[in-house]
Amino acid sequence: MEIARHWRLQRHRYALVGEVCNHCGEKIFPARDVCPQCNAPAKTPFTFSGKGEVYSYSTVHHPPEGFEHFAPYVVALVRLAEGPLVAAQLTDVEGEKVEIGMPVEMVTRRIRDDGGKGTIVYGYKFRPVIVPRASVDAKSASV
Amino acid sequence: MRDVSIIGLGETPVGEHWEKSLKDLAGEAIQNAIKDAQVERVDALYVGNMCSGTLNGQEHLGAFIGDWVGLRGVEAFKIEAACGSGAAALRLGYIAVAGELADFVVVAGVEKMTDRPGDQVTAALAMASDGDFEAQNGLSFVALNALLMRRYMHEYGVHHKDFAPFAINAHKNAVGNPYALFPHAVTAQDFCTAKMIANPVNLLDSSPVCDGAAAVVLCPTALARQFTARPVRIRASAAATDSIAIHDRRDLLGLEGAALSATKAYGQAKVTPKDIDLFELHDAFTIMSVLSLEACGFAERGRGVRLGTEGDITIGGQVPISTMGGLKARGHPVGATGIYQVIEVALQLREQAGANQVRNARLGMAQNVGGSGATVVTTILEAVE
Repeated sequence: MEIARHWRLQRHRYALVGEVCNHCGEKIFPARDVCPQCNAPAKTPFTFSGKGEVYSYSTVHHPPEGFEHFAPYVVALVRLAEGPLVAAQLTDVEGEKVEIGMPVEMVTRRIRDDGGKGTIVYGYKFRPVIVPRASVDAKSASV
Repeated sequence: MRDVSIIGLGETPVGEHWEKSLKDLAGEAIQNAIKDAQVERVDALYVGNMCSGTLNGQEHLGAFIGDWVGLRGVEAFKIEAACGSGAAALRLGYIAVAGELADFVVVAGVEKMTDRPGDQVTAALAMASDGDFEAQNGLSFVALNALLMRRYMHEYGVHHKDFAPFAINAHKNAVGNPYALFPHAVTAQDFCTAKMIANPVNLLDSSPVCDGAAAVVLCPTALARQFTARPVRIRASAAATDSIAIHDRRDLLGLEGAALSATKAYGQAKVTPKDIDLFELHDAFTIMSVLSLEACGFAERGRGVRLGTEGDITIGGQVPISTMGGLKARGHPVGATGIYQVIEVALQLREQAGANQVRNARLGMAQNVGGSGATVVTTILEAVE
């Protein structure tokens, strides 16, 4: 069940809250309390924009226990706009359509569930950036 | 510090041992090693294992295995460092003998993986990664390697088929190893058409889930000749770590833990990669072979696949790897692998590798990796003249 474990990670999972190092300015996700660049204490919360691009990707056909009914699903390393890499699932996209460099944005989705009486865990996934209709029109108008 | 040598080797065949339990396997390997060394006294037992708690419902393996093999009363611990558990146990055995805290140490590695269904084994292996930020997001261990491989292919413009020689070499060499799980050859065609697990990683990129145990006996080199005509001396033993999660690596494809561990080992042995006659590397996935060869100085960045395509990794090549089948084809019973690797290097140095013998092998290296590079233990071995 591990309810407390998931509860402790709410801010990370729902709002992409990491940390910023006050010494060197490094943006850190996930939070680790010690800056990986300069080893100074880094406990100041920092909320990431959720924007980024695909750095690497794969499709999982043989999932671990707890993820069976999501398979096959797409996973990726996403390079966040603020710098760090994050490991996450991609959503709203077929594996064959994913490319390195594809712009993506964070959304909150169901990550796993542990059966009828188990916990449902929500968290971040990333989806291709949806270009608003207005900006598509503006772009085509300028051509 | 005292010089340390290996004086006894014991292994079980790697397989799906439905009729044997964790303790049966460990017991067989340990008794074989003790018999091979002909020692009458054991001062300590270190057992490398990763998954006994999750897959076998048994922890406390030091006392558990010690009791089973007739070593009740002897100091005994389980050592865990994911897939690097075996070599981590060896490192502690080495420290004990080199540091004059024990004279005769048995180091075993054991893993019993086939008692559970595949999804539970996959979940257990994913515990080698960052639980909250990799495994809990559905990233299997294979998926992490797939992310490394995809990025490697992108950065260096290589194709999936370029990795085929690593699987072909491992399988070819397994044919000559009576303890190997897959003693049969595979072709480039087999490699390109194998079942996909996590794109681009397919079945023939990956090492198998299996059972096995292996053990060695260590003692001071000064005493080794009393027990065997062919002791194998540990010239270097070095461990290093990197970030647990691949997303936290400073250099995703650099395998810095492997580089650090190998550099320390070269320094201890006062050798360079050119002096290494064979290299039992951690080929859990073909991409790991390539990254390891680059990190350990056998190839420049982005050029590791060429050692495969140009034949340098074969038994007659510049840097023979996976000479008895490697993790790919001998098999990868995770906590036992580090000991299998060291035994295979020792067999090469004792000129007991049969059809797979590397000619004039004097210096061999084994490198065992925990997780996707977070723990790396490098051991350099030398035949005692």
